Amino acid sequence: MLTIRMLFKQLGKHFDQFLLGILMLTLTIALIVLFSASGQSMDRMSTQMVNILVALGALWIFANIPPQHLQRIAVPLYLLGMVLLIGVFLFGDISKGARRWLDLGVARIQPSELMKIAVPMMLAWYFDRRDASLRFSDYVIAAILLALPVGLVVKQPDLGTSILIGASGFYVLFLAGLSWRLMIGMAVAGAAAMPFLWHMLHDYQRRRIEILLDPTQDPLGAGYHTIQATIALGSGGLSGKGWLNGTQSQLDFLPERHTDFIFAVFGEEFGLVGNLLLLLLFAVIIGRGMVIAANGPNAFCRLLAGSISLTFFTYAFVNMGMVSGILPVVGVPLPLISYGGTSLVTLMIGFGILMSIQTHKKLVTS
Amino acid sequence: MNSRFELRNHRQEQHFFRLRLGVAGVVMLICFGILATRFFHLQFLRYDYYHTLAENNRISLVPIAPTRGVIMDRNGAVLAHNFFAYTLEITPAKVKDLEQTINDIAVLVEVSPSDRKRFKKLREQSHSFESIPLRMQLTEAEAARFAVSRYRFPGVEIRSRLFRHYPKGPLGAHLIGYIGRINDNDQRSLKKNGEFPNYLGSDHIGKSGVEQFYERTLHGITGTQQVETDADGHAVRVLSSSAPVPGDNLVLSIDSKLQDIAEKAFGVRRGALVALDPNNGQILAYVSMPTYDPNLFVNGIDPDSWKALNESLDKPLINRPLRGIYPPGSTFKPFVALAGLEAGLREPPFSISDPGFYKLPGSSHRYRDWKPGGHGSVDMRKAITVSCDTFFYGLAHELGIERMSSFIGHFSFGKKTGIDLTGELSGLLPTPAWKQKRFKQPWYPGETLIVGIGQGYTLTTPMQLAQATAILANNGIAYRPRLVAGVQPGGTGGLRPMAPEILDRIKLDPAHTDLVKLGMLDVTQPGGTASSVGAGAPYLIAAKTGTAQVIGIKQNEKYNESAVAERHRDHALFIAYAPAESPKIALAVIVENGGHGGSAAGPIARQVMDYYLLGKEPPAPPPEALPNAAPVAEEETDAHD
Repeated sequence: MLTIRMLFKQLGKHFDQFLLGILMLTLTIALIVLFSASGQSMDRMSTQMVNILVALGALWIFANIPPQHLQRIAVPLYLLGMVLLIGVFLFGDISKGARRWLDLGVARIQPSELMKIAVPMMLAWYFDRRDASLRFSDYVIAAILLALPVGLVVKQPDLGTSILIGASGFYVLFLAGLSWRLMIGMAVAGAAAMPFLWHMLHDYQRRRIEILLDPTQDPLGAGYHTIQATIALGSGGLSGKGWLNGTQSQLDFLPERHTDFIFAVFGEEFGLVGNLLLLLLFAVIIGRGMVIAANGPNAFCRLLAGSISLTFFTYAFVNMGMVSGILPVVGVPLPLISYGGTSLVTLMIGFGILMSIQTHKKLVTS
Repeated sequence: MNSRFELRNHRQEQHFFRLRLGVAGVVMLICFGILATRFFHLQFLRYDYYHTLAENNRISLVPIAPTRGVIMDRNGAVLAHNFFAYTLEITPAKVKDLEQTINDIAVLVEVSPSDRKRFKKLREQSHSFESIPLRMQLTEAEAARFAVSRYRFPGVEIRSRLFRHYPKGPLGAHLIGYIGRINDNDQRSLKKNGEFPNYLGSDHIGKSGVEQFYERTLHGITGTQQVETDADGHAVRVLSSSAPVPGDNLVLSIDSKLQDIAEKAFGVRRGALVALDPNNGQILAYVSMPTYDPNLFVNGIDPDSWKALNESLDKPLINRPLRGIYPPGSTFKPFVALAGLEAGLREPPFSISDPGFYKLPGSSHRYRDWKPGGHGSVDMRKAITVSCDTFFYGLAHELGIERMSSFIGHFSFGKKTGIDLTGELSGLLPTPAWKQKRFKQPWYPGETLIVGIGQGYTLTTPMQLAQATAILANNGIAYRPRLVAGVQPGGTGGLRPMAPEILDRIKLDPAHTDLVKLGMLDVTQPGGTASSVGAGAPYLIAAKTGTAQVIGIKQNEKYNESAVAERHRDHALFIAYAPAESPKIALAVIVENGGHGGSAAGPIARQVMDYYLLGKEPPAPPPEALPNAAPVAEEETDAHD
């Protein structure tokens, strides 16, 4: 008995108990919502449970990799990611009008997911090396390291993922000390470049932004998602219609209700109270990540942990924003809650890294 | 390297990092604050609005179409009824690739080329969000097979629908009419009359015949059902409902056996027959030949059948009793005779000596009698019996066109009879004023003579001829002709009979009507123009034959029946009532291009009267004269009509 307990203790040595507890709570809620959102499909439930187990495995593995090792593999991982992204660009499989997948013969992989981790690692590695004296040129190099993968993902086209990769990289730059003047300058330049960027967007992306501004333009087409989702949320009221009782969800008015729009199901069935509790839960997860980042032993750890936490925030904000109709509809799932394995595994790897930074700290500083 | 500096640097760095992280944290809180505000706005402040929207999404009011009333004949034989069957319907707006979907459906359920053609035609006529039938009357097995695979076909549904069926097929098609799918025109007129809401659940509406005229009676009142529906419009469950009120049944005055005998009597010949009861205006038989199968029209006729019907030279779609207009020929003479007698002319013992022609005073032009050499000494009674043209030329001349037309107008010539069918034509009773307006020419005295023998400008419908005969038989009392004898309110058993409606009582001297009637009675006696029609009849028949010219015959030219192309031959007309002493049936028969009235149209009338008065059925017709033979398209000419 004692040895088994010892084994568990040893296995769980690198878990952050508090963060793990909150994550498990959130994943439990995810399963409860999914049961309703999938139309009580046991197939979907069991698939998602397997996804969760795989993701927890990934979390455990990364929690046990010391940050120094991560620091060492940062550059090769980034380069590998870039090679794969270029591979997708050249030979990728097309599905649903986008070129996102790469068939390696053994398995089909989505390299853009990898970049969600590899890009902040690469940039954290870069700023960690240069920490003594940051010059303007460092930001230029970092910006190029960020712009290359983001550009390739935009081209696929996958606006949602490119926003998340771009955000993860930007957070590293920001936390590393990107000057306010530069940021304001970039913001102004960005605003000036808006018409040009608008031109670069795909028609369907442009349409989505137009519809965001006025969803009633196309109530049965592109605006349908937003309209039905806001109706679902609004009709949920203060305390919701109750689990499995959302009319918008259960009668199929909500499109993609178990993936990108699962928050509408949640909001319809659990109401304002549920929404605020979920926001609180997310805020606690992000807060815990920030605490870990603030106490990071070195620049690499701090930047990486900070970026991972803030990217999680971006995930949640963009998804909830689009479902509630204040942001355009981009393909960003609700983190931890939406159905699907790929993004869940990536997210849990991020949390694994956070835990690794937290639990290996003593070893580094001592 | 100074380790103390490094340490301070590290602390400074960490401090700076925490500052930046703090800024990010504040931004995060602001963003979450924005979300929380948005949720508060949607879920608290505007809850009522979104709640209503969600309920509207969820609940829809589904109309339930009422059961259409059944149409029966006077003996209760069903002429139009309903049955339930499955249809396979497609809403084009909800289907991405229509062609592919139909091909996929065809694997499960038989879809014939004519189904596809009809679907294509209906598709062109309807809106893309309307549900359009692809296949009707699916078998149970087909319906089950499709139901299993329904998830593969969004926008395709099996529906259980009421179908209209005319069990007697072509029998009386022109009087029963048919229903067809509601089109844009129907929709517009329903909206104009405010009846549209009652048709929300209906796909069909009466298009012709009794089905059209009594649409309001037959249709019933639509019920509603509040149902919860999903995003595809599939009903999930019923919340509440109000039952529809079925339409009223109609009992026609038609005797379908009599109708059948009359139609068969025509054989393959074209023409019309209307028989009615002069004592109340009830129509007993209403024949338009050739006829067609109204079942073809109910769910949209397929283009091939439509082409065959529409382009046939026999024009089966024309409702001949109502819309076929023919010169009345000599069947007009009894009414001219009565006009003369009522004007104080030609009262007995007046007679003429007929040389076989008539000359207007001061003119050398000879108006010929149909019988070369004439009929000898002719008085009024004989003039009717032998159909003496010369006698009527003189009478018409003396009466004048104005007096003649205005008197005869009382017998429903030149105006609608008011039968309970739509689309009735008025025919034409010419007057000098009409001619001036129509042709910008004065009236010539010779034209009055021609009108006097029922030729010239005068045009009548078979319905008018039958009605005029009935009025005469009933000594001037005109009833509104009606096909419907009674209404059976939907669901309940009782019959509400339609009261006969008197339109007019023409003041006539009984001595005058008796004289004309005697002349008509003699027509079917030996020496009359239709003596063969009366031969062997155990009741007395009063009748008048007539012949209407299709092409003009020049002066001094002989009309040779066999030499004239079939479609240029004269129309044969025959009016009659019987029993002569107390009429129970009055009728008019027209056989197009049939030649002489007595020999072509008379026997048909006799068969109808024999069955109606004696219950005697005619011998089985010879096989080559079987009716309802498919119309033969002869050649692509547009000669007729």
